[in-house]
Amino acid sequence: MRLTQGAFSFLPDLTDEEIRAQVDYGLEHGWAWAIEYTDDPHPRNTYWEMWGTPMFELRDGAGVLYALNECRKACGNGYIRVCAFDSTRGVESIRMSFIVHRPDNEPGFSLDRQEGEGRNVRYRLHGYAADRSPDERYRADP
Amino acid sequence: MNDLATTTTADRPRGRYDAGVLKYREMGYWQPDYTPKDTDLICVFRITPQEGVDAIEAAAAVAGESSTATWTVVWTDRLTACDSYRAKAYQVDEVPNTGAGTATPQQYFAYVAYDLILFEAGSIANLTASIIGNVFSFKPLRACRLEDMRIPVAYVKTFPGPPTGIVVERERLNNYGRALLGATMKPKLGLSGRNYGRVVYEALKGGLDFTKDDENINSQAFMHWRDRFLYCTEAVNRAVATSGEVKGHYLNITAGTMEDMYERAEFAKQLGAPIVMIDLVIGYTAIQSISRWCRNNDMILHMHRAGHGTYTRQKNHGVSFRVIAKWLRLAGVDHLHAGTAVGKLEGDPMTVQGYYNVCRDAVTQQDLARGLFFEQDWADLAKVMPVASGGIHAGQMHQLLSLFGDDVILQFGGGTIGHPAGIQAGATANRVALEAMTKARNEGRDIDHEGPEILAAAARWCTPLKQALETWKDVSFNYTSTDTPDFVATATASA
Repeated sequence: MRLTQGAFSFLPDLTDEEIRAQVDYGLEHGWAWAIEYTDDPHPRNTYWEMWGTPMFELRDGAGVLYALNECRKACGNGYIRVCAFDSTRGVESIRMSFIVHRPDNEPGFSLDRQEGEGRNVRYRLHGYAADRSPDERYRADP
Repeated sequence: MNDLATTTTADRPRGRYDAGVLKYREMGYWQPDYTPKDTDLICVFRITPQEGVDAIEAAAAVAGESSTATWTVVWTDRLTACDSYRAKAYQVDEVPNTGAGTATPQQYFAYVAYDLILFEAGSIANLTASIIGNVFSFKPLRACRLEDMRIPVAYVKTFPGPPTGIVVERERLNNYGRALLGATMKPKLGLSGRNYGRVVYEALKGGLDFTKDDENINSQAFMHWRDRFLYCTEAVNRAVATSGEVKGHYLNITAGTMEDMYERAEFAKQLGAPIVMIDLVIGYTAIQSISRWCRNNDMILHMHRAGHGTYTRQKNHGVSFRVIAKWLRLAGVDHLHAGTAVGKLEGDPMTVQGYYNVCRDAVTQQDLARGLFFEQDWADLAKVMPVASGGIHAGQMHQLLSLFGDDVILQFGGGTIGHPAGIQAGATANRVALEAMTKARNEGRDIDHEGPEILAAAARWCTPLKQALETWKDVSFNYTSTDTPDFVATATASA
C-alpha cells in the first residue's frame, strides 16, 4: 500500500529540489522545520520520533535538506516526514507536513472486526510493521 | 445627515412621559452625538422606509423596536434606568445607487448601538430575539436588513465558541498544509444504508478526507438512521485502513426532537465517529446544546446552513450571512458552509471572502468592499473551518485555492460521484488537483494565471484528473450575484 498521509502523497515522490522549494516556502513564513521518523505510521501514532528538535534558528533551506539526508542515512527503512511549526498566537501548531521518505516496502494495515451487541462492530486498525520484534524494528535506529 | 438639529425630549421627563404617541426620535432613540462604547453591541441595518417616513425617524424606530420601545408612551419606563436599555441610533447614511434616478427605492444604513445589559450571557436565542425579534415586521419600514454586527469582546467572552476549531481539528486529523476535501453523497434520497456506505467507501478510498450526509438525510423510509450510521462506519474504517489517513463521514443527527438528536449523537460516539452534523434549521438553542455535547465528547461539529437563503439572499430584507456566520461562530460550530463564489449557489466573490474572514480571523478587519462594516475582535475564540460546497469541480482548483487558501473544506459532490470512471477516480482527480496546485503555489507559481497549465501537467500522469477536466471543462455558473456589498466610499463605520 501507499501511505497517503501528508500534503503531497498523491503526487509522485518529491525530489530533493522540490522538497527544498516547499521548505523555503515555510521559512518565508517564519515557520520552524522539524524532521520526524517512524516505522509505525498508524494514523493515531501522533508522536513519531524526533530527529533532533525543531530547527528554530535555521533559516536556510539547505540546512534542512542536510539534516534530512542525515536522517535518511540512519533511518532509511522507515517513514520520514517534515513538519513546519508556526508559533503565531492562535495557531501555535503545525502548518505544513509531508512525507519525504518511505520504506521500499510499505506494509500497511489490517482491519480487525469484533462483532458486538446488536449489529455493532468494534474496529481495530493494526499496522503490520508493529508485528516485527523490537530488535528488527529499531535495528536501523541511531 | 448626522448634524441634523434634533432635540430629543428624553431629558425632559414631564413632556416625555405624558400619555400618548411620540415620535421615536423624540423618545431618546436618536442620539446623533452618541459615541458607542467598547462594550456596546453595534448593528448596521439597511432600511427602506415607507414613502413619507423620514429616514431618521425610521432609524430611531428600528432602535426603539429592537430594544425597549412600544408604540405608545409608558410611565413604567420611569421605574427603570431606561437610558441604559434604550438602543441608540446614532448615524444614518444614504446607500449609494438607491433612490431617485435608480430602480431601487431610497435605502439607508442605520447604525444602532445597544448596551451590554440588554443581552443574556452566552445566548444566541436572546441576542437574536432582541435584535431581529420584532423589527423586521415593523410597518413603517418597507424592508429591513441586518447587514453587520460588531459584538463587543465582553460579550464574545461569554460564548465557548467552536468545540474543536480549525487548529485542533487539523491536529486530530493529522492533516496540515492543504485544504481538506469532502463530498456530499448523491443521490440525496433513496439509497439504502448498504448502497450509501458503498459511495462513502469509494469516495474516501479515492482520496477524500470527509464524506457528508446531505441536509435532508435524516431517517426516512428508505434508510433508517442507525442503518446509515453502521454502514458508514464500516466504510470509513475500511478507507482508513487502505490509506493510513484519518477520515470521517459527517453523520447528520438532525431530528424532530433534541432527545432524538442526543440519541443519534450518542450512537455516533459509540461507533467511534469523529464528526457529527446538524442543519441550521434546528435553531440556535438546539445548535448551542449540540455544541456543548460535542465539546464534552471530543466530536467535531459540522453545520449545514440549510434554509439560510430564505433570509440572507435578498439585499433589501433579511439578515446578511456574515451576521449568521458571526452568530454561529459564537454558538459554536466547527464547520460552516460559507459559499464557493465559483459554484452553482449564490455568492459574489468578495462578499463570500468576507464570510470566510468572519469564520477564520483572530481579528476581522473593517473591509467595506467585502461587506465588513466593523472591526471584530474574536478574543481568541476558536476558528470555524469554512466549507465550499455546491457545483464545484477539479478544473476550478486554482480559483478555489486563490480565493480561499488552505483552511477550507472543498466539497465536490457531483464533481466526485459524477466522474465518468467512477467515484474513486473522481475523488483521486480532486486530490491530485489539490495537491498539485498547492505544491505549485508554494513553489511561487502564479496559480491565477498558470492554473489550467498546472492541472494539465498533472493530468498527463493522472488519468482520472484528465477525465475530470475533459468532462467538466465547460461547466461554469456565471450569473450576476444578488447580494453584493454597497458602501459609502469614505469609511463611515464606527472604528
